[in-house]
Amino acid sequence: MSKFSSTEVIGRPNTRSRQRGAAYWRELDWVLLVAALATTIFGSILVWSASRSDMASASDPQSYLKRHLVNVAVGIGLGFLASRIDYRWLRAYTPIIYGLSVFTLLLPFVPGIGARIAGARAWIDLPGGFTLQPSEFAKIAVILMMAAVLSEKQDSESEPRDSEVFVSLGVAALPLLIILVQNDTGTVLILASVALSIIAVSGARTRWVIGLIAGAVASIMVAIQLGLLKEYQVARLTSFINPSADASSGAWNANQARIAIGGGGMTGYGLFEGPQTQGSFVPVNESDFIFTVVGEELGFIGAIVLIVLLGVILARGILIALRADDLYGRLVATGVVAWLAFQMFENIGMSIGIMPITGIPLPFVSAGGTSMMACWVAVGLLENVRLHGTRKSFA
Amino acid sequence: MSERSTLRLIILGVLVVSLLGTLVARLFFLQVMSEDTYRAAAQSNTVREIVHPAVRGLILDQAGRPMVSNRTSLVVTIDRPTLQRAKDGGIHVIERLAKALQIPASQISDRLKTCGAEGAKPPPICWNGSPYQPIPIINDVRAATALEIMENRTEFPGVTARLDAIRTYPSPFAVNAAHILGYLGPVTEQQLEKQGDSREFDRLRRTDVVGRSGLESEYDTVLRGTPAVTTLAVDTGGAVTGTLDEKPAVPGSYLVTSLDAKLQSVVEKQLADAVQRARDQGYPGDSGAAVVIDVRNGHVLAMASYPTYDPKIWVGGVSKKQFQALMDSDSLSSNAIQGLFAPGSTYKVISTAAAGKEGFDLYGQYRCPNQIKLGSQTFRNFESAAYGRISLSRALEVSCNTVFYGIADKFWIRGGGPDSTKDSPDPIAEVARMFGLGSYTGIDLPGESAGRVSSRLFKGANWEAKKEVWCQNAVEGYPETRKTDPALADYFTALDKENCADGFRWREGDALNAAIGQGDTAVTPLQLAMVYAAIANGGTVYEPQIVKAIMGPDGKVVKEVSPKVKSKVKVPRATMNFLQASLPGVTTDGSGETPFIGFPLDRIPVASKTGSAQVTGNKVSTSWFASYAPADKPRYAIVMMVTQGGTGSKTSGPSVRNIYEALFGVHGSNIDPASSVLVSGAPLKALPNVAPDGTPETPEGSSSGVQSTRPQASR
Repeated sequence: MSKFSSTEVIGRPNTRSRQRGAAYWRELDWVLLVAALATTIFGSILVWSASRSDMASASDPQSYLKRHLVNVAVGIGLGFLASRIDYRWLRAYTPIIYGLSVFTLLLPFVPGIGARIAGARAWIDLPGGFTLQPSEFAKIAVILMMAAVLSEKQDSESEPRDSEVFVSLGVAALPLLIILVQNDTGTVLILASVALSIIAVSGARTRWVIGLIAGAVASIMVAIQLGLLKEYQVARLTSFINPSADASSGAWNANQARIAIGGGGMTGYGLFEGPQTQGSFVPVNESDFIFTVVGEELGFIGAIVLIVLLGVILARGILIALRADDLYGRLVATGVVAWLAFQMFENIGMSIGIMPITGIPLPFVSAGGTSMMACWVAVGLLENVRLHGTRKSFA
Repeated sequence: MSERSTLRLIILGVLVVSLLGTLVARLFFLQVMSEDTYRAAAQSNTVREIVHPAVRGLILDQAGRPMVSNRTSLVVTIDRPTLQRAKDGGIHVIERLAKALQIPASQISDRLKTCGAEGAKPPPICWNGSPYQPIPIINDVRAATALEIMENRTEFPGVTARLDAIRTYPSPFAVNAAHILGYLGPVTEQQLEKQGDSREFDRLRRTDVVGRSGLESEYDTVLRGTPAVTTLAVDTGGAVTGTLDEKPAVPGSYLVTSLDAKLQSVVEKQLADAVQRARDQGYPGDSGAAVVIDVRNGHVLAMASYPTYDPKIWVGGVSKKQFQALMDSDSLSSNAIQGLFAPGSTYKVISTAAAGKEGFDLYGQYRCPNQIKLGSQTFRNFESAAYGRISLSRALEVSCNTVFYGIADKFWIRGGGPDSTKDSPDPIAEVARMFGLGSYTGIDLPGESAGRVSSRLFKGANWEAKKEVWCQNAVEGYPETRKTDPALADYFTALDKENCADGFRWREGDALNAAIGQGDTAVTPLQLAMVYAAIANGGTVYEPQIVKAIMGPDGKVVKEVSPKVKSKVKVPRATMNFLQASLPGVTTDGSGETPFIGFPLDRIPVASKTGSAQVTGNKVSTSWFASYAPADKPRYAIVMMVTQGGTGSKTSGPSVRNIYEALFGVHGSNIDPASSVLVSGAPLKALPNVAPDGTPETPEGSSSGVQSTRPQASR
């Protein structure tokens, strides 16, 4: 139907294309797909509960939920496209995707287009009250670009050369620096983890891996020591250590989030019944602090169900990476898994007081259009890598 | 792919599993092992609101002159939690503050007690707001005093001076308009109960003041705006643990009225003069009202009621004594929209319209004897004058009662005479209702009276409602009255016996009285003004309107109110034409002639009708003067009345003439439209300009003594 469909690019006859259409549905990783879908539905219910009290006096109390569901629909559509794009085509156009992504990262700096939310200048205003966060798509662009650079010599050599590792580091560093300037600390940490994981799995020499970990730790310490981080960034990052110390915003948020989750107990207060959630005590609990909603209203059991669902997505991702038939596919899958895993850990970790507070959403769960779309594109890419393997075995 | 790659991928997988494991372990600790601690913490989390009311919108006249505005006042407030943290519970601070403000210390400590607490005085002395909110102690502190307090912060912990907006009445041209503007008062228990447990930010709160009458009440939500609300999270100990939400105030909108302050001030003065004129004639002249209507759209251009009160008295709350004095003076209610009076001869236009509608010859000759006898009762003309056979037009001019008795009697006989049923036709009452009598005019003011139309229908309903009391009294025979005055008791008993037996019956006498605006008929002066406005415009009864637009505090128009038609008077065109042709004759050759001698009626013909309505209980008649002008191109309808004021022509007439002179710019026999009280000589079509900072432009410029509308930073 579109010029992106694999058959046209490869130029196979139409009869085979029809057979391959059936194969597409048969060979999909249905466990991954169902887990991602279940998580998204679960998330929508949580968003509903979280936005209920805030929207109670609005003309349409359900408007927030409705917007979320529109985002979900668009995300699933994009994910489907991502799973159908031909691998080689994707690889060929990766530099363009990467270039576009870096370009859009700069847009929030343009006055009149950019929006500042919670201190981070990382959003683009769109008509209809929607906002776009380019750094979400930058994660995908970095994964694709690094994978392309590091897998270039895959047939002749077993491990990437130092020069390729160096180039791939540059690929990650450029958007990372822009996002750093945008004050989006959480995304910086996740991008760094993704870059590290991809380089490690590419088979680069061990000294690269050890050196990068050491470098990351050192730069964080230097940043804090030299006062490069702004005061509120430090406050956000350190308030999780002693949240009860004062009532200033960062610590207070962490404290309220922990009261919400802790109070949930084994079975929770019940959906729409959490006093912290419905009383708006936890800030931004429809996106950054969404985990407090499941923790408070559905308790330990509900939280475990959500973590297991997310765990299934990650496990299928690792399986797809292991079974990938080329390094490119493996690195793409690795990048996606690392991204989703670290973002989940950081997001849930900050809600329960073991990670610093940063403004990043919980994949598949939080309200936030760009994040939802990026997550479903990630699922599409994982499916694409899997299908590429099976496709080859048909040929 | 290398084995190294696969190995590292497996390490990544292990890392992911361990991260998830960490989350689960931490969750188990938080939710399963420490549940009780956090449940308790959640329960002690409560919300407190700090509310600062929005600046209330202004009320402007048609030219943009503020009739109700705000001024800034230095208010000294005390933050009670801070005060209580002092070693002695703040006793010394209170004493020092009392000295600085030169008020007794007990006044401050009484103010600091929460209403309902032990030893608290009743509101408004006690504090009925949130304990977390700074408590206002005293208004209008001198700047020097406020400065002294602010400069010695250590001496006065928790004490602050801030600028609040307080309602003020700029009174352009010494205008009063108290009954239209209304006043503010504390929110009532019923109002709070009515909204249930609303969580809306613009809901009423115990500390709010709301409009309690007039425009302030009718448009309360528009004027009030939305308060600034800071929502604090507070633990069980009362300590503030965080700020949940901060909503800035949305200032209230402005009302643009159709009133004109300059005209209103003229009308108020003329009403007072008319009352004085009555008293000069030796009559009580106890109350009165005047209304000026734009006949083309129902806009109220001016409306006055006598006696009136000073609206400033309500600012800051009234004492019991002041309130009692207001009640005793009878000045709180508006005679213009709430007072009910017999319209007397001014009602004859309705009887005439009914005659025309029912096919009477409007240009025929009618007998005008000095009296009509009906059994034992005699129905007389005013001063028992007899005119022989006259035209209906002349009957209106000289206000001949007996002509209208004759018409009414024919209607009564047509309706079945003594044997009529409640379905029998009652043309005069029917036309009266078409003119809007007996029902609310729909003016945008609270509390207006509907009035009554004397009719067969009304009598029947009234009997149903009262017959039990009548019949009971007829049996008991007024034992209390009998002790002192047996004759009066006999009279009352006989009356009630008759009422009990056939009080529902529409008797001939009732029909005759009804035709000349006596009997059960009662109208408000505003209703009568709408009747004359409808005659002027050819039969459209508008809903009278005071507010013609709502404007944001930035001068942007939020809503324009278009004229609303209440009803159409369905009488033949010829009948309406007849009335319009006859009424100017009242002013040139009839009962309305005297007050208009010397007025340039050739250029500005005035249609009018006088009334001197009889009142039961040996009281002096009500003086009515109903009119519109110019009769050939109607624009304004003016009605004025004075109770116990004598005749319409002597008491109210001269004042109505003076109002027309002011409207049209009449000086002697000269007409100078430029000297009209209305800017540009007529009601303005365009809405006034309000600058984005909320300052309205007025024809007199900004130096007219109009005070600034918003609190400004202190110097």
